[in-house]
Amino acid sequence: MLNRPASDTQITHARRLWLYAVAVLVMAFLILPTFVVIPMSFSDSRFLRFPPQGFSLRWYESYLTSPEWMQATWVSLKVAVLTTLLATPLGIAASYGLHVSRVPFSRVLTIALISPLIIPIIILGVGIFYLYVRLGVVNTIPGLVMAHTILAIPFVVVTVSSGLQQYDSNQELAARNLGASRWTAFRTITLPQIRGSIVAGGLFAFITSFDEVVIALFISGGQNTTLTRRMFTGLRDEIDPTIAAISSLLIVLSVIMLLILVLSNRQK
Amino acid sequence: MSKLSVRSQPIAIRDVTKTYGSFNALENVTLDIAAGEFLTLLGPSGSGKTTLLMVLAGFTRATSGHVLVGSQDMTRVPPHKRDFGMVFQNYALFPHMNVFGNVAYPLRLRRVSRSEIDTRVARALDLVQLSHLAERPIDALSGGQRQRIALARAIVFEPRVLLMDEPLSALDKNLREQMQIEIRNLHENLGITTVYVTHDQREALTMSDQVVVIDAGRISQKGAPREIYERPANAFVADFIGESTLLPVQAGADGFAFGGRALRATVAPPGGLFLVARPEKMELHRTDMDPAYNLFEGTLHQLVYQGETVLAQVALPEGQTISMRLTSRREVMAALPEPGKPITLALHPEDTVIVPERGQ
Repeated sequence: MLNRPASDTQITHARRLWLYAVAVLVMAFLILPTFVVIPMSFSDSRFLRFPPQGFSLRWYESYLTSPEWMQATWVSLKVAVLTTLLATPLGIAASYGLHVSRVPFSRVLTIALISPLIIPIIILGVGIFYLYVRLGVVNTIPGLVMAHTILAIPFVVVTVSSGLQQYDSNQELAARNLGASRWTAFRTITLPQIRGSIVAGGLFAFITSFDEVVIALFISGGQNTTLTRRMFTGLRDEIDPTIAAISSLLIVLSVIMLLILVLSNRQK
Repeated sequence: MSKLSVRSQPIAIRDVTKTYGSFNALENVTLDIAAGEFLTLLGPSGSGKTTLLMVLAGFTRATSGHVLVGSQDMTRVPPHKRDFGMVFQNYALFPHMNVFGNVAYPLRLRRVSRSEIDTRVARALDLVQLSHLAERPIDALSGGQRQRIALARAIVFEPRVLLMDEPLSALDKNLREQMQIEIRNLHENLGITTVYVTHDQREALTMSDQVVVIDAGRISQKGAPREIYERPANAFVADFIGESTLLPVQAGADGFAFGGRALRATVAPPGGLFLVARPEKMELHRTDMDPAYNLFEGTLHQLVYQGETVLAQVALPEGQTISMRLTSRREVMAALPEPGKPITLALHPEDTVIVPERGQ
């Protein structure tokens, strides 16, 4: 069966083996670096080393019992949650507005909204730093949340816009005709139908903020140092497998988020 | 089954104009729709019929003019406070709710009690004969069923007016004809003032009490279906509705003439330019006919057999070709000359209608 084509034009699996091989290599290249970290995190050694020697949970313990690491984790979680809560409604409002309005500049506005994805983050970081120095919000949670929101909005806009594209906006007219105000029509008819893309956008917003390090290097510090920033400086100063343990936990978190995304889309 | 009670109300459209930039989608439209009337807006695409419906629904704000329902000026009332039911071309059902949820939606917005919702939804579904589908999801419905649910949803809250935007255009021919009759029956049961938009003239003639023909944002003619068809007010209506050949006529001192022959016409307005020659109004001339008939002599160009009818195309010496439609009965066909031979067509003066270029 492997070698017998069903039609003249069909390419058999055998003739496609090279393609599968390439695909496997590409996948391995993408995933393996991530998974190198996990064995290292269970290492017994005092230094980051691969392959790991011995087995212990001491680095997980070290992470969970360290006040500095815990504080940084709380800062990151707080900032990520607040960023999600801010970026998601703003992103929804922006994409909905662009979707229903027929303003001639809507394309320009879309590009402006998405530009943080294109602009090198380091440039954004420098700009934000100088602005924040003037505003006096360097090393504060609100400052971090605002900066991360700028980064997260494009993800919400992209996912929600694609959701709206598949949605028949006549339904909203129908709802209004049946007695719903614009807001009620949006809330009861449009919103439930683009929920999948909103959840996706929200998760992206969360991960964007939680994983962000470049801007955090500029504007987070002291009491409000984020987890990623502390990891980054930690990596530079001391080569400590605690970072491998944290990374492993972050990988698990990302996988969980991805699963939520897949499952919530399947329900639709 | 108790009937849904409906407050049927008249609609008055006063001087409504809608402009988009320099384009006039509607131009000084004034129209009265009687309470309980089934009125159809008929016109080619881009004529402004849908714009007028959207102005009625409140989704489009007229540049100037007024819309009154009963004695209330609706011009500035937002769509959700108008209490108009509307059926959309693509139905616009809510796919995240089942049939019951869709039909109950307008009642929930009106904070109707739960038990009242149950009875009213049941009644509305009963009216469209789909009570058994209440728990179905929307994507499990056929096109015809969706159409009926959209209708049930539009009438369940006992609206003051029912608006329909080409509601049957997505259905196949058989289903469309069946739904035409059902919508008509429903209208008769409810007696609700209905404004129906279509580009399908047959649908308009079949269903309506009154037909309004719209052309380039203006009302070209308003009348009962028979009046619209038999007595078109201008060349646009004559051409748009039914098959017809427009023959240019000459105006003389005592009426109109075609090909040098005076025409006896029932409708001969001043400024008349064309004779409306409809194939089914033409007869084959016989010597025992009333001499009042208008005669057209020509050559039988060809016979097109179309099943129940046969179309005789006659070339006139003036250069035009007119058609005559006859039933394909044996003796009718036998009386026709061979193609290429001379033939004389007769048109009764009652059916002889002369129209100007454009009305109003």
